[in-house]
Amino acid sequence: MTVLEQLQAEPKNLWKRIVLFIVLLAVVAWGSDSVSYQGIGEQGSIVASGILHGIFHPNAELLFNLTDAGVPYLVLQTIAIAILGTIFGAILAIPVSFLASTNIVPKWLAYIFRALILLIRTIPSMVWALVWIRVTGPGAFCGVVTQSVCSIGMISKMYITAIEDLDTGILESLDAAGCNTFQKIRVGIMPQLSASFVSTAIYRFDINLKDATTLGIVGAGGIGSPLVQSITYSRWSNVGAFLWALILLVLIIEYVSTRIRSTLARGRQ
Amino acid sequence: MSTAKIKKPPLFDRLFKPEHIVLENGHSVDRPRSRMPLILGSLLVVIIISLRMTGFDFSVIINRARELTVILGQIFQPNFSYFPNIVRPLIETIKMSILGTVIGCLIGLPLAILASSNINHNKPSLLAIRFILSIMRSVPTLIYASVLALVFGLGTFAGTLAITIFTVGIVAKMLYESIETIDMKPYEAMISFGATTLQAFWTACMPQILPTYVDDCLYCFELNVRASSILGYVGAGGLGVLIRERTGLRAYNDLGMVLLILFLVVLVIDFVNDYIRSKIS
Repeated sequence: MTVLEQLQAEPKNLWKRIVLFIVLLAVVAWGSDSVSYQGIGEQGSIVASGILHGIFHPNAELLFNLTDAGVPYLVLQTIAIAILGTIFGAILAIPVSFLASTNIVPKWLAYIFRALILLIRTIPSMVWALVWIRVTGPGAFCGVVTQSVCSIGMISKMYITAIEDLDTGILESLDAAGCNTFQKIRVGIMPQLSASFVSTAIYRFDINLKDATTLGIVGAGGIGSPLVQSITYSRWSNVGAFLWALILLVLIIEYVSTRIRSTLARGRQ
Repeated sequence: MSTAKIKKPPLFDRLFKPEHIVLENGHSVDRPRSRMPLILGSLLVVIIISLRMTGFDFSVIINRARELTVILGQIFQPNFSYFPNIVRPLIETIKMSILGTVIGCLIGLPLAILASSNINHNKPSLLAIRFILSIMRSVPTLIYASVLALVFGLGTFAGTLAITIFTVGIVAKMLYESIETIDMKPYEAMISFGATTLQAFWTACMPQILPTYVDDCLYCFELNVRASSILGYVGAGGLGVLIRERTGLRAYNDLGMVLLILFLVVLVIDFVNDYIRSKIS
């Protein structure tokens, strides 16, 4: 078969492509009709130049201020919120995910818990924060509680996959060797699950750290609250300082968590 | 190899000498000490510091749990007569996420190509683009939206722009990671014919990454629908405006209706995306 014949033998899906393109174009056109560009007002251009100025001239005093209002403390507080939220979420997710795994409990019970997980996942974390803030009052505590609840959703979903992949043959052989239930869990189940559980938790920590900033907007502590306040009150050099700290924090954590997770996946060399 | 270097044991094993076990047949093994106590210990210290910093107080949750059950109880009794007020913001939210996703994915493609080390051999430009992309990803969408709403005025334009910026960062990253794993032989063959980089990429690499690209775009769309639903909180249009207003007024039944509709929309979009994915693969 020559190259030409091969080329002609290829299925002709020109029409399919054209239809797909038109559908896509129609969807975009439908999407764009309510989005109107009103131009940058006078106020807007002041804000824009303020932001740019702030980013290139961050408030150095704030960056190296070691009190409660300084950047270092707020960064640490954001990390603390994410750590606690992740740990509590990861622990709370263990019973939930075992009760939602079809190979452990009867199907009907598993589906009830899956519905619960879906419910937790769908409500945006900000709404959770708005609800919890009525209970705990504003502050970092609210952030911790919110993230503990929100983390359950995604963490359980990943845990369930790990639990349903469990190799039950090992349990049978441990049974045959005369192990009791505790020993079976310790040597038959834990080694199979621990790596993927820890990896999931670290991945969620990454997400929670970014989320903790967002939660600050509704008053749940961390670096988000002062950042948004500075934006509202047009303190652009403070905005610059907070933004740089935030970017640096996220980049470092992302790098470290990727390293740890790849070590977990490949094992220690 | 007499000069072969013996790998130095890690610091931990030098501090805590491995247990030396002599087997019955005379061989000996070194069993490294467990790192578990060290890991658990440092974790405990971190948790205690974190508890102090965040002012964690479990008794507050117990004492005020009634408050939560009241609010959740109202949310789970959605006010169905509120539905007509939701339709317009809901459509705004969907439009914002569609437009933001499409534009973001289109801009993300060329950036991803420029950020893949197997296509772009110019190290400084590669690093510069990757750095910009990671900055774009590390700032939350809501912060973009709150700044852009001040610059461009309240409304959907700011929201769409915020979603676009975030989508570019995330799509480009996922895409350059998959571009770096593709088979480069067809590309090299094209180059050896005398094709330009762009021609070679388009004919040899594009078919390989197209399924992943579409998949990434759909994934972003799912993320963006969830994200755009709260952008209104900072004045960038869509359902978030209602979420802010209704929680402010403590009208949790109405909030329940908004969340129910959002839940259904997310469910439908997930379903449609799964259908498209199954068609592609």
